[in-house]
Amino acid sequence: MKKILQRYAKFLLIGGSVLIFSGTAFAGKTHLTMGMVLEPPHLDPTAGAAAAIDEVVYANVFEGLTRINQNAEVLPALAESWNISTDGLTYTFKLRNGVKFHDGSAFDSSDVVFSLDRARSEKSTNAQKALFAAIKDVKAQGANKVVVTLKTPTGNFLFNMGWGDAVIVDSASAGSNKSKPVGTGPFTFKRWVKGDRIELTQNANYWGTKPALKSATFKIIPDPAAAVAALMAGDVDAFANFPAPEMAAQFQSDLRFTVKVGSTEGETILSTNNLKKPFDDLRVRQAIAHALNSQEIIDGAMFGFGTPIGTHFAPHHAAYVDLTGTYPHDPEKAKQLLAAAGFPNGFKATIKLPPPSYARRGGEIVASQLAKVGIKLEIIPVQWAQWLDQVFKNKDFDLTIVSHTEPMDIGIYTRPKYYFQYRNPGFNAVIEDLNVTADPKKRYALMGAAQAILAKDAVNGFLFQLAKLGIWNKNVMGLWENSPVQANDLTGVSWNN
Amino acid sequence: MNDSRLSEFWQNSLRHRSFVIGLILSFMMLFTGLLSLFWTPFPVELLDIPHKLESSSAKHWLGTDHFGRDVVSMLMVGAWNSMLVSVFAIGFGAGIGIPLGALAAAKRGWVEETVMRFNDFAFAFPALLTAVMLSAVYGPGTMNSVLAIGIFNIPVFARITRGSALSIYKREFILAARTAGKGDVRIAVEHILPNIASVLIVQGTIQFALGILAEAGLSYLGLGTQPPMPSWGKMLSEAQTMMFFAPQLAILPGLAIVFTVLGLNLLGDGLRDILDPRISRLR
Repeated sequence: MKKILQRYAKFLLIGGSVLIFSGTAFAGKTHLTMGMVLEPPHLDPTAGAAAAIDEVVYANVFEGLTRINQNAEVLPALAESWNISTDGLTYTFKLRNGVKFHDGSAFDSSDVVFSLDRARSEKSTNAQKALFAAIKDVKAQGANKVVVTLKTPTGNFLFNMGWGDAVIVDSASAGSNKSKPVGTGPFTFKRWVKGDRIELTQNANYWGTKPALKSATFKIIPDPAAAVAALMAGDVDAFANFPAPEMAAQFQSDLRFTVKVGSTEGETILSTNNLKKPFDDLRVRQAIAHALNSQEIIDGAMFGFGTPIGTHFAPHHAAYVDLTGTYPHDPEKAKQLLAAAGFPNGFKATIKLPPPSYARRGGEIVASQLAKVGIKLEIIPVQWAQWLDQVFKNKDFDLTIVSHTEPMDIGIYTRPKYYFQYRNPGFNAVIEDLNVTADPKKRYALMGAAQAILAKDAVNGFLFQLAKLGIWNKNVMGLWENSPVQANDLTGVSWNN
Repeated sequence: MNDSRLSEFWQNSLRHRSFVIGLILSFMMLFTGLLSLFWTPFPVELLDIPHKLESSSAKHWLGTDHFGRDVVSMLMVGAWNSMLVSVFAIGFGAGIGIPLGALAAAKRGWVEETVMRFNDFAFAFPALLTAVMLSAVYGPGTMNSVLAIGIFNIPVFARITRGSALSIYKREFILAARTAGKGDVRIAVEHILPNIASVLIVQGTIQFALGILAEAGLSYLGLGTQPPMPSWGKMLSEAQTMMFFAPQLAILPGLAIVFTVLGLNLLGDGLRDILDPRISRLR
């Protein structure tokens, strides 16, 4: 028995020393493996709404005229500088010289004209056409200058041009970007092993400062338990959005890791099919709002990481209005409203849940909260591709839970064909007004009004603002702590030697 | 079985240690599962977030999970779910497999060839793959795990039925029955099945244990029992990321699975030991 113990102890020693040595072995590393929960459906940020696309290619493979940094500031990218006319209608962008796409073709003003015209055309498949709605005309002025004329002054225009959806693509490769993205960024696409990983390598011909990383791998790990194991074992160096919040404390106490809790633009909502009976009845939606207990969902599904919201707006934004008290948690009131709507005994419905743990766990809690007022939900777990197809594209759902991680995306409520199918001319008028208002004070007032309408209409169940729980090897420097746009910007990432 | 043989059977059995242990464990599971139909300490649908991840106390004997659900209640309902899936799956497999095996043994020739090749095909297809396929088409659910485990069981029962039946068909009393004018079906039902029943019972017990394991495996992967219904496999998978601070959430359902499968296997082994001499006596 003693011998066995001795041998065991030896094993532990060996194991321990391997751990210690592997720590030092990281020094001088130039490769980063980043874990992701969801696999992107494709890799063209100008043709899809999935955040996972931007999380791989934004700032790494593709660049826009401007770029957003982790503090939501607008920085020059392919546009070196710009001039704005005094009436706010004409933007003259001076483009960078000597920029080449990954396939070797040169970047110039014609690519900008092509990309912006393509994004705002009738046939455009861009998921964020609203970003380009204000553009009246895009014209090249020589090879290095582009003049963009707007219909109305748009305060956010430079920020909008920094979105992943507004990146500049080459006309020759635009059609094949979904499987083989060709951009101007510091990393080139190497390969995509479907269901497993996406590999990028450094672009030797990059126009700007070359990143410290020589290569990067985005590893797709949908299972939270596997994510924990991969981080612990060092198979993955970083998780920008770690899927198992219950493990945060464990990683915090582990000296090998850095844990950062930041903010995201992710309004996590109980999306409701506003056209489908009985959810088309305001009283039913109000009843759901009264039945929900956001704090309980944050505690149960996110282990406390998250901020309750009362409308579709990020709490860290200056124009945020706290509307969490619009329909406070009140099951009795919910029952009365249901009875008034003709459902004294409640009703049955389904809830489709995509894979992230906020949705799967949150869905179970929502189902139990709604059950208390008589709404019996059948829980249907779906894969991400199924969710995009059934729920987002074909609107075949009653309820679902998803986090909307685009910045300042309150405008999605003006789209009549958006998957939750909310239609309110009054709301659209406010947003239209907002789009043509430049004065910050007035803009904030309009944003506040828009928030209030959504809260009052109980369009969706507004649950919480997703926290960004980033966990990475303590030697990895320069990863974003907040997510003002959907991105895993690797340009500033390095290993600490 | 007449009274004296029955009492002899029990006397033999109670001397068989693994049989007794297996019987006790299996009865415990059966009892817990049945009890959960009438009473659990707390309703399993009740999420009580403020009281999540509590350790064991007088109120919650084995503590609560990450949603504040009572672990004892979940284990009890999980026992019933596991049993239910297994029973229906074995019933499905045996209900199709035994007649197929008997048919193959009775008809021989091309019928036997066809049936057995079909069986080989089904046998080569793991239950997990069947379940993945079914859930891809119809979505995950309890019914799919029943079907998947059931399909996996068809060839098991068909093979053992055919093998045992073939040896019985060679016996003189079958020839006598045939001479007396009994048809194929009557011979199969009145003479073959009773004589191979003990083999089938033993196999059934072992398959039952495998069924419990398969159900846990499928639920673990999210293909079996769906929320809010608790299942041992689902409890295991949910507890995985909490292993570091709440290991009991993984250990408890794990132990439930271990003891149930152990119990059923011991029961099956014991039954085989006890029933085997009786088969030889018939020869």
